[in-house]
Amino acid sequence: MSMKPLCVKLSVQPSRGLVDEKFTILVQNLLPGFQLTIHALHQCEDGHSWEAFAHYTADATGTVNVSEDPSLDGTYSGVEQMGLLWSLRPVPGSKYGLRMRKMNVQTPMVVTISVYQGHRTEGFLDQVLLASVMVERWYMAPGVQRVPITDGKLTATLFLPSGPGPFPGLLDLWGGGGKLVEYRAALLASHGIASMALDYLTPQITKETGKMVDNDYFETAYRVLEQHPQILGSRIAMLGLSFGSTVTLRMAVYSQVVKLSCAVCISGSHVQPIGGGLEQILASFSKHAYKTRLDENNQVIWRDLMLPIPTDPSLKVDMGRLQCPLLLVVGEDDQNWPTHESAMDVKEMMDQAGNSHLLTVLSYKNAGHLIEPPFMPFARASTFKTITNPPTKVMVLWGGELVAHSRAQEDAWRKTLVFLRENLYGGMKHGASFSNL
Amino acid sequence: MFHTGPPVVSVHPSRAMVDEAFKVQVENLPPGSPVTLHSLHQSEDKDYWEAFGHYVSDHRGTVSVADDLSCGGTYTGKEAMGLLWSMRPVPGSREGLRLRKLNVCIPQLVNISVYSGHVGVGFREQDPLASVLTERWYMAPGVRRIDIKEKGVRGTLFIPHGPGPFPGLLDMWGGGGGLLEYRAALLASHGYASMALEYFNPAEVNTAELELNYFETAFNIVRDHPQVMSDRVGLFGLSLGSIVSISLAAWSSVVKPRCCVCISGNHTHARGGTIGDVFNEFITNVHKVRMDENNYEIWRGMGLPIPDDISQKVDVGKINCPILLVNGDDDQNWPTVESAEDMAQMMRAAGNEHLLTRLEYPDAGHLIEPPYSPHFRATKFLKDGQKGYTASI
Repeated sequence: MSMKPLCVKLSVQPSRGLVDEKFTILVQNLLPGFQLTIHALHQCEDGHSWEAFAHYTADATGTVNVSEDPSLDGTYSGVEQMGLLWSLRPVPGSKYGLRMRKMNVQTPMVVTISVYQGHRTEGFLDQVLLASVMVERWYMAPGVQRVPITDGKLTATLFLPSGPGPFPGLLDLWGGGGKLVEYRAALLASHGIASMALDYLTPQITKETGKMVDNDYFETAYRVLEQHPQILGSRIAMLGLSFGSTVTLRMAVYSQVVKLSCAVCISGSHVQPIGGGLEQILASFSKHAYKTRLDENNQVIWRDLMLPIPTDPSLKVDMGRLQCPLLLVVGEDDQNWPTHESAMDVKEMMDQAGNSHLLTVLSYKNAGHLIEPPFMPFARASTFKTITNPPTKVMVLWGGELVAHSRAQEDAWRKTLVFLRENLYGGMKHGASFSNL
Repeated sequence: MFHTGPPVVSVHPSRAMVDEAFKVQVENLPPGSPVTLHSLHQSEDKDYWEAFGHYVSDHRGTVSVADDLSCGGTYTGKEAMGLLWSMRPVPGSREGLRLRKLNVCIPQLVNISVYSGHVGVGFREQDPLASVLTERWYMAPGVRRIDIKEKGVRGTLFIPHGPGPFPGLLDMWGGGGGLLEYRAALLASHGYASMALEYFNPAEVNTAELELNYFETAFNIVRDHPQVMSDRVGLFGLSLGSIVSISLAAWSSVVKPRCCVCISGNHTHARGGTIGDVFNEFITNVHKVRMDENNYEIWRGMGLPIPDDISQKVDVGKINCPILLVNGDDDQNWPTVESAEDMAQMMRAAGNEHLLTRLEYPDAGHLIEPPYSPHFRATKFLKDGQKGYTASI
C-alpha cells in the first residue's frame, strides 16, 4: 500500500488555450517509479460527462511529462501529447451515440485534468486524487468579434478576427444535419480569417416557408462578406464539410457571383444533379436510399448512395471548369460518403481538363467522415437527426479508427490553415496558376 | 504583378498568466520592411500605457520579437517580453503612475499592433497594419478567491484548484498599505494557498498600532484552513512586509514559518515596536531624506548607518527556517543590500547562516515584482496624508 505522496505538482500549460493549440502536462514531485493515472473530465453543454485517462510511471526524477513519456494503457497508449482530449469518450452508463459539439462558442470548454494514485480504469475517487487543475479550451481568441447576421434572409454568424482589418473572408458550411454551427468559423477567425457560419438547411426562412433555399442564398451570403468594410472582397474562400462540400463545389464552378480565391472540401463529393436546387440533390439521395446498408451493430452506412460515381456529366460538377485552388480532405474509411472514390474521379476529370495543378488531395487511412478541428473527441458512429419532415433519428456510421482519425484531424487542420493562409494572405493573381504550390 | 495580403500579427499564447512568456510574431510583410511593434494597455485607472520596438522584417517578411533585435523604442536588443516590461504611461499622462491590477478576476488586456516604419510618437493618430488582443491573467482557471474578515484580520485568500491540501503563504506588501491581491493570486496559480493581507490603510500609517499579534493571527488563519498543510506555511513579503516576515521568523513564539521570502526588506528595527513605530522613526530621521534631480525623495539615507547595537535590530540569529532575501543594488528607498549584508554577518555569528540565501541584482531597485510588469523608477507615495513622489530605484 503506497503512501499518498505529499504535494504532487500538476501543471498544464497553457491553462487557457485555443482548442487547436497543444498543451504540456507535467506531473512533478512524485517518487521515482510511482504509478499514476492522469484523468481528464469534461461536462459538455448537453450535460453529458466525457472522460479519458492514461497510465504512467514516474521517471527517476519523479516526473511525468505527457509530451515525452508513454502511456502504458488507458483510453490511449504511447506518447500522445494531446491524447487526454482526443480520446475523451462518454463515461460508463452514458447514452450511446453521443457526439461532442460546442454550440456556445463564447465560453470555453472546461476540462479538469487530475492525477490519481495507481493505475486505474475506474474508481476515480477522492481518496486517491492527488492533484487536479482546470484547463480552458477556447474557440474564440481574445478580440475576435461574434456578429450575428441580420441582413437579408440569412441565418448566419460572422466572426471577425481581432484588429482593424481588413481581413480575407470565408464562408463556412457544415453538412446534412443542418443547424447553425459556429465553432469552426470562430476558430478560423481566431486565425485571422473573417468567417461566416451559414445555416442553409434549417435556416429561419426554411422554417417559416417550408421551402429550401436556393443558390441565391449562398450568393447573398457571399455578397455580405464581399461588401463588408472589414473584409477584402477579392480574397474570399469557401469551406464545406460533407453536404457543405456539395454546395461549395457547385458555387465554385457555376456561380456567376461567387468568385473564390480557394475552396476546401472535407469529406465531400462532386456528385450531384446539376441545374437544380438543394431539393433536387436531396431527392436524388432519397432515390438511392435503397442502397443503404447496415453494419453488424445496425448502424447506417450511406456511402453507397452516390456510388457508382456517375459517368453522366449532368450528374456531377464539371470539375474541369474549376478556376481556383481546391483542397480535398478524404477519410479513406468514410462510411457515410464515398469521399475517396469521388476524389479519384475529381482528379481524373481535372487531369483530363488540364487544371489538376489546382488540386491538392489529403487522404487519410482509417479516418472517417467527420474530419473536424483537432483534439476533439472521435465518434465512429452517432445519432443523426435527419432534416426531413418529419425528422427521423438514426444511428449513423461515420467510420474511422480512434488514433488514425485523431491524427488525420490534426494533420488536415494544420494543412488546411496553411492552404488558406497561402491563398488568402499570399501573393496571388486572380484565377491564378500556382507553380509554387 | 503579385500583391500579398495584409500582414498578420500574432501572440502565442493569446491567453497567458502574467508570469508566462509569449511569442509575438508578424508575418506577411514585404521583405526588409522597417516596422514598429507596439503594445497598448488601458489600466483600471483609465491611464494608457504603451511600449514599442523597431524592427526590420527578414527575407520571408517575418518579424519574431523573441528572436530578432529591436533597434530602437522603449527597449532594444533581443527582448521577447520587452513590449510588456518596458511599458510606460503615454505622453501627456499624469506623473508618478504605477501599474497595479486590483481586480484579479479578469485579465489584463494588451493590444499588440504593428505599424509601418519606425515610429516613436503619434500611435493613436495612425492606423496600424494589423493588431491583436492578448489576455494576461493573474488567476489560473479554478483558483478560488475568498474574502477573509475574521478575528480582526482583513485579507483575501486564494486557493488553488484541486483536492489539496496545499502549502500556504501569507503575502504582505509594503508601506503603501491597502489590499493588493495580485501576487497572492499568482502564487495560488502556482499551487500555494496564499492570503494577501491588508494591514493598514494608507491614511492610517502613523496611527496603525499593529503588533506582531495581528500577523500571528493572520498566519494562523492560513495555517488552520482545512485546505492548507498546517506545517507548510511560509511568509512572503515586500518592503514593510519583509520587515514583518523577518520579525515574525525571529521573534514569534506562536508562528513557525516553513520558509520566508523577503524582497527589499531590512532588519533594522527594535523588538516590541509596531508598524506605527517604524514609520515614526522616519520622522526622527527625516533630515536624512535627500532629493534627486527630479525632486523625488530618496529615503535610503534614513536607514543608514546600520546600527551595531543588536537591540536596534531583529535578532536574525534566532531564525530557524530557510530565508531568501531578494534585493536590488540600486534601491534608493531603503539600504536593503547593506541590511542583508549585516543580517548575513549576524547569522554567521549565530551559526544559522546556512539558512540564508541572498539574491542581489545590479541596477535593480526597490519594487521587485512579478515579472514582465512595467518598471517604475519613481512613483507617488502617500506620506502623512500628503502625496509626494518617492524614488524607489
